[in-house]
Formats: sequence, structure tokens, C-alpha cells
Amino acid sequence: MTDTIDRPNEPKTREPISTSSEWTFPLIEKYDEEIAKCAAEFGLDTYPNQVEVISAEQMMDAYSSVGMPVGYHHWSFGKQFLSTSKGYQRGQMGLAYEIVINSDPCIAYLMEENTLPMQALVIAHASYGHNSFFKGNYLFRTWTDASAIIDYLVFARNYVAECEERYGLDAVEEILDSCHALMNYGVDRYKRPAPISAAEELRRQKEREEYQQRRLNDLWRTIPKLGEDDDPVSRKKRYPEEPQENILYFIEKNAPLLETWQREIIRIVRKLGQYFYPQRQTQVMNEGWATFWHYTLLHRMYDKGLVNDGFMMEFLQSHTAVVYQPPFDSPWYSGINPYTLGFSMFTDLRRICENPTDEDREWFPDFAGSDWLETLHFAMKNFKDESFIQQFLSPKVMRDLKLFAIQNDDEEDVYRITAIHDDPGYRSLREKLARQYNLSYREPNIQVWNVDVRGDRSLTLRHIPVDRVPLGDDTNEVLRHVHRLWGFDVHLESVENGVVMEECHCPEREPDDAD
Amino acid sequence: MGMTHVVDRRLNGKNKSAVNRERFLRRYRHHIKKAVADAVHRRSITDIERGENVSIPSRDTDEPIFHHGQGGKREMVHPGNKEFVTGDTVPKPPGGGGGGQGQGQASPDGEGMDEFAFQITQEEFLDFLFDDLELPNLARKKLKDTEAFKYVRSGFSTQGIPAKLDVVRSLRGAHARRLGLGGARRKKIRRMEEELAALRSAPEDLDPAFSHEDQIKALEDEIADLKANVRRIPFIDEIDLRYRQHIKKPQPATSAVMFCLMDVSGSMTQMHKDIAKRFFILLYLFLKKNYKKIEVVFIRHHTSAKEVDEEEFFYSRETGGTIVSSALKLMHKIIESRYSPAEWNIYAAQASDGDNWNDDSPICSKLLADSILPLVQYYAYVEITPQDHQMLWYEYEKIQERFPQSFALQQIADPGEIYPVFRQLFERKAA
Repeated sequence: MTDTIDRPNEPKTREPISTSSEWTFPLIEKYDEEIAKCAAEFGLDTYPNQVEVISAEQMMDAYSSVGMPVGYHHWSFGKQFLSTSKGYQRGQMGLAYEIVINSDPCIAYLMEENTLPMQALVIAHASYGHNSFFKGNYLFRTWTDASAIIDYLVFARNYVAECEERYGLDAVEEILDSCHALMNYGVDRYKRPAPISAAEELRRQKEREEYQQRRLNDLWRTIPKLGEDDDPVSRKKRYPEEPQENILYFIEKNAPLLETWQREIIRIVRKLGQYFYPQRQTQVMNEGWATFWHYTLLHRMYDKGLVNDGFMMEFLQSHTAVVYQPPFDSPWYSGINPYTLGFSMFTDLRRICENPTDEDREWFPDFAGSDWLETLHFAMKNFKDESFIQQFLSPKVMRDLKLFAIQNDDEEDVYRITAIHDDPGYRSLREKLARQYNLSYREPNIQVWNVDVRGDRSLTLRHIPVDRVPLGDDTNEVLRHVHRLWGFDVHLESVENGVVMEECHCPEREPDDAD
Repeated sequence: MGMTHVVDRRLNGKNKSAVNRERFLRRYRHHIKKAVADAVHRRSITDIERGENVSIPSRDTDEPIFHHGQGGKREMVHPGNKEFVTGDTVPKPPGGGGGGQGQGQASPDGEGMDEFAFQITQEEFLDFLFDDLELPNLARKKLKDTEAFKYVRSGFSTQGIPAKLDVVRSLRGAHARRLGLGGARRKKIRRMEEELAALRSAPEDLDPAFSHEDQIKALEDEIADLKANVRRIPFIDEIDLRYRQHIKKPQPATSAVMFCLMDVSGSMTQMHKDIAKRFFILLYLFLKKNYKKIEVVFIRHHTSAKEVDEEEFFYSRETGGTIVSSALKLMHKIIESRYSPAEWNIYAAQASDGDNWNDDSPICSKLLADSILPLVQYYAYVEITPQDHQMLWYEYEKIQERFPQSFALQQIADPGEIYPVFRQLFERKAA
């Protein structure tokens, strides 16, 4: 594998698969076959593919269920659908060319409106790029079970529908609303979860029902032994003894008043949160990887003479649009484009392996000049966005993107430029960017701190702010949801260096009380 | 290779989101009802059957999650540096806040982020409208579907009842079949007959092995066989039969005219008129499902009556007393001059707050009984007032006893009470 990128116009006899931009099913199959051959040359290991051609309306449907091919019913998906279809009908937004689902087989949707080169691009991007990422990356391997997800989604939908039938739409909607508010707090970050499986769920549901009730009874045995409450040590003992970051799990297992079906629904939302958890942490890598591969695979097709110049022009045009990064002062700027960052990094990684400069050798002594395919695969498999950037972001990419860090301290009346793309700045810039992708930096760190087991049964959550960043204005709303699930008073305290800085309560306290 | 499975899903249902959409509408029905009510106020009564844009304040549709607020110390990495070097400072815009990205962007269409806007379909619009009117399901269904059918021709079929047999087409088919089946044989017969004639006219061959007599005999036999064969082709066969086919087509009958009569004297407030408008809308929708062509005549009255356009009908105010008979007289005059009952189905809807000049009510009663009710299909009266009845009501009650099939009246204080006026009408059509 010596050629491919950057050698477009090599004279060669061309026998393109097709020359028209109209697609047909046999053509899609033919392209897929050739792309698969190229992917195999590069050692991409994928789940089997299922490519589904759908209409624009169906794409909007797929959109609004956050890409889940089956999902339980909820108004929020309807809201998503309404805003998607409005945007689409007014021409404000195009639909994504593709949606791909982390399942085995890996399902990719192609829109029927796409031209043939676009379909080929999507197949390369989704069915070989994302697919191999899903199969190879450690987060996906640890947190999701691609072979079980569809069954689980069907199980979840049926269960929710059954609850709706039995307990009414409103009751189910309330629980789902509350669970969704906490969906991002339904994951154990450090414990490896059990894989999800529909069959297993069904089997265990009964068991759980019985067990849970017993366990709850133990926890809430409220008649205190005489004299125990006077013992300052036992009074001080918290429950849970260690703070719990998986708030949904804690509630599912410990909320005193929930009925069994409500606990099951919490569990379902929690499992879905877990399914999406790796995606939230690998956006740059995942999109970068898929973009790198559609670029590389289609160039490989071109080198083999399988596609013509017209095809490449159309493909490159959309590729360029995908990886466009507006500068920070552009009206189109909305943060760093993960496609751009990821694609630049993987492309540069290859360059560092193939044509290392002195700077590269100094920065990346471990792999500058090494086998590029091996290095890229290693990076794809063993990192998430935060660590990937920390490990592989090169000075060249920082220069190319002209990255700089700006600090906004509410105690100062100026913004401060703290690092730019220059020698003194590279390392700190890279650290800052990596941190930006750290979930616990992006989302407030909130954990279950204590339950007043012997008293009013109130639940206390603890927020540990970073750099004094306070909680947003939704906090009281979310607490109402926690309160609905927990059934008793809920408190949230922001604690910095052991000092409670701020408190929220649900139900809200009278101002007198709070003082 | 060959691991990929390409599937055409385009024919699968596309309305996967229908339930979720319905859930959304259900959750925000109060907002939507209000939007529909506003639209009803704004629109013409003949322009009720289309969707509507609805806006809901975003804070009502937001899904809250824990997130960072403004403040503290934040650091962000951005692309596209032009002139900054480390250590530079940039003054914060006055008014504080500012800084973090994300929050508070304007939406591209200038609607502002604080509104969640979407469209409801015509069907949903009607549903919310009917909710407002507390229409029972059967009535809703009738208004949304067309229930009258006419059979129209729609080609031919090979099966049917004798009465529908199309003789010409069947015979034409039979003829074609006979040609098709017999053509080749007839051709052969013709050719052999020519041969026969040639043989007969040719001189006798010397060789007895080629004796003409034998050949002629052979030919004649064969021709006879073939002819018998052709004769056996039936003149008409079951497969030739063609029946005229008819399908049910929704058929709004013919034309209808709808008279809207409304008291616009000083005592009728805008609120009264809005309720009246719903009443007229309902009648209009009902008529629209049953008639191909509908004309609407607006007659407003106080002490005298006048034919006006819709705008003036609903939105101008008068003061002074009320003489209802003036409107009835005008309606009668208009019917006589423009809407012959032989060609038009005539419907009338009258809305009032019940006020009338006392001496006038018996006149109204007489007018209705003698000259109007014999001409109209249905006359509906709503009295929009929570107060006690006056003379007009009691006169009308007597009318209803005499004409229970074509006259209905109802006292209402809110739109939900309008429907009973129409109940009879729907029931009658359902029978």
C-alpha cells in the first residue's frame, strides 16, 4: 500500500463502474462490493452491513428517534420530528446524507434523493468507516453490545407500550420525562456494565421484582433501635457510604415509593443512556475516522480506475463541505467542527508515519515513521476524544487550524488569550482542548451524596463545581424531576473545598428556611 | 465480500413518527387549542379547512437537563486565530454576561429561539376545532369524510350481473376472438380453395400417380375438415362477456346556499359574535361535505336588515334596537330572487342574544312557519346568552314543535353547546 492519497491524475486505463449519477440497486451493490475490497486492503474490520434505502420522510423519522430504528413513544421525539420537518420543508437544512446504527449487522440508511457518488460516499463513510469504529473502539466494545441492541429496543418499546395501556399515557409520560432529564446521569463511568439483552431482561424482570421489594424493606426499616439515634457515629454515617455518580441507578434501586413498572422504565432509559454513552465521548474520533476512510477508500477506487473524474469532483465537493471549519469570528461558527478536527488528526497521523519531520520525531518518538495503518488502528481502538487529542494532536494540526485558547473569568473584565499555536503554547493548548472533550468537564459533576434514611427520607445530591462554574438555570426544573422519582424532598448542594456554596431544594424552601 | 445486504425500505411505512407527533400535540393541546381559536377568529368561515402555524414558548417545550451556567472561570479553544498572541486581552462587551458560546443564538428565520413553531395539518386543525365544539366522534367522522356516493363508470370487467352486460363490447370481443382463433385456418382454407380451383382448371396429368381426382378429393376432405373446425369456434363464449363496472365515488349532491343571520345590535359583543362564528363554521363544514357548491349569504340586522360581506358581518357594530323579522323578510326576498328551492338546498343559521322588539316576535314566528320553513332544509337558531329567555325564544319553541324535522334551537353560553343544534341534522343524514 504505497499509493492512494494525493495521486489523482495518474494516467491509467479507466473502466468506471458507472458514469451516470443515477443510482440503481445493482449499482449500489457493485459499488459496495468494490468499496469492501478496498476496505479489506486497509484491514478495516467491520460488522456485516445492512444498507437500507429510504425516502426523505423516512429519514426525518429516523432523525427524530435519535437514530434508533425502533423506539418507545414519547412526545419529545414528536417535537424533534416537527422541528426537523419544518427545517427541511423550508429548505433551511438539508437532511444528513446518512444515519448509521451501532448494531450487528450495522445498519446504514441511504436517502433515495442522493446521487450515486453520494451513495458511494455514504457507504464508505458509514458502512466501513463508522462500522469499523463501532467494532474496534474500546468504549463501544465495553459499553454496548451491537448484537443485542435492536432486540433490546423492541423489548423496551413493547414494555413501555404495555405500561401505557395499563397505567395510562400520562403516568408513563411523567416517568419518561423525569428519566430523560437525568439520562446523562445514568451511567457508571468506571464500572463495566452488563451487556444489555432483551431475553435476559425479560427473564430477570420477575426476579428483580421480588428481590427489590425485599431489599427496599430492609433499607427503609424505619423503627430505630432504642438509643441508636443518639449515637453520633451512627448518625453521621451516610447512605450511600460512597457518593454515587449513577443517579438513575441509585433511584431505581432505592427510591422508596416507586412501583415496579416505574423502576423498569428507569432501567430502560438508563440502558439507552449507556448505549449512547460511548458516542458522546468519541464524536471527534468517530466522525474523523469515518471521514478519513471515505476519503481514502474513494481515492483508492479512483486509483483503480473504478470511478471517473466527474464522480470525484462531486465527491470532493461534499467532502470539502463536510470538513469546512468556519473561523471563530464567522457568523457560521458554532464551535469546533468534529469532522474537521478528527479528519485533520487522522490524516496528519498518517503523514507523521509516512513522512515524519524533525518536529514529529521530537513530539511522537513512539510512532513517527512507523506503519501508518497499524498506528491509526491502534489510535482508533484504544482512545476516546479526550485521550486521543491529548495523545495525538500534533503541532501541525494546531497550526493548520490556527487554534487558540481564550479564558473567560467572571472575576476579570477582560478575556485572556492563554495559549496559541506556537512553541510555548502547543502543550497547554492541547491539554485545554483535550479537557474540553472530557465529559466531566462538559457536564456538571453531580452525585448522590446522602439519603436521610432515618429522618425525612430526603435525598441530597452534591455538585462539585470546576473553576467556580455554577449550575445552569434548568437546575430547579431537573430537581423537580428528581423529586418526582424520589418521592420525598430533594436537596442539591454545590460544594467547593468542603464548603457549601449554593443550595437548591425541591420543593423550594421559604427564604426564611434557607438562611 | 457479499456481507452487505441492500434493502429497499422506501415502501415501508413512512409515518413512524406519527404516534410521537400525536403525543406532542396531545401534550401541548392547550397551546394548540388557543392557536386554533385565534385562527378561527381570523379566518373566513369558508376558509377553515387548512392547517395552521402554531408557536409555543420554548420554555414550555424544553427538556431540562443539568448543565453549566454562566460564570466562574471557563477556557475554550477556538479555531481561526488571526492576530492573537498569548497574553493578549480582549475587553468584555459591556453588560457583562457574554462569554460562553451556545446560549442565546438567534434562529436563522428571525423567529427567535424563544418560540417553538410548527405546523398542524388540516385534519388536526379540524380535530382541535371540533374539540372546542365538543363534537361527538360520529359527527367528526362525517365532517371529515364524504358520505354521499354516486356510482360512476369505471371501465369494464369480466364479471358482473346480466343487467350490466355491455352487448356491443362483448360481441366485439367475440368477433376478435373468432378472428384470432380461426384466422389461420381460414387463410389455409382460402389457399387450398385456390389450389383446388387451379387443379380443376388445369389439364389432366398423364401420370396416374398424380391423378387430379385423388388430389381434389384429398383437398376437398381437408377443406371440409377445416371448415368444420372453424364452425366449431363458438360465436360467443363466456370469456367474451364484458360488464360495465361502476365504482362508488364520493358525491356531494348539488348546490346549497347557507344563510347566516345575525343580530348586530349594541347588545351583541365581540365575544357573542365569536361564538356565533363557530356556529356558522360548523354549519358550513357540514354543508361542504354534502354539497358540491355552496354559497353563503350574510344578513345582519338591528332594526333593519342588510346583506353584507363576511368582514362587515362579523366585525362591525351597530347600536339600537332589534327587529328580527326584518332579517327574515330579507332572507325570503333573496330566496325568491336568487335561490329557487328547486335548484338549491337552503340552510339557515341564526344567531342572536335573544333580544327582539316584543311585538315583532309573533311576526317572526308567522314568517318562519308560512314562508321560510317550507322552502328550507334546515333552520337552526342559537341564542347566545346566559340570561332568561325572552319572547322570541318562546315563539321559536312553538315553531320547533310544529317543525321538529327542519327547525332546531339552542341556548348557549360557550361553544361547546353549539353542537346539539346540529345533532338532529347529523342523525338525519346518518339514517
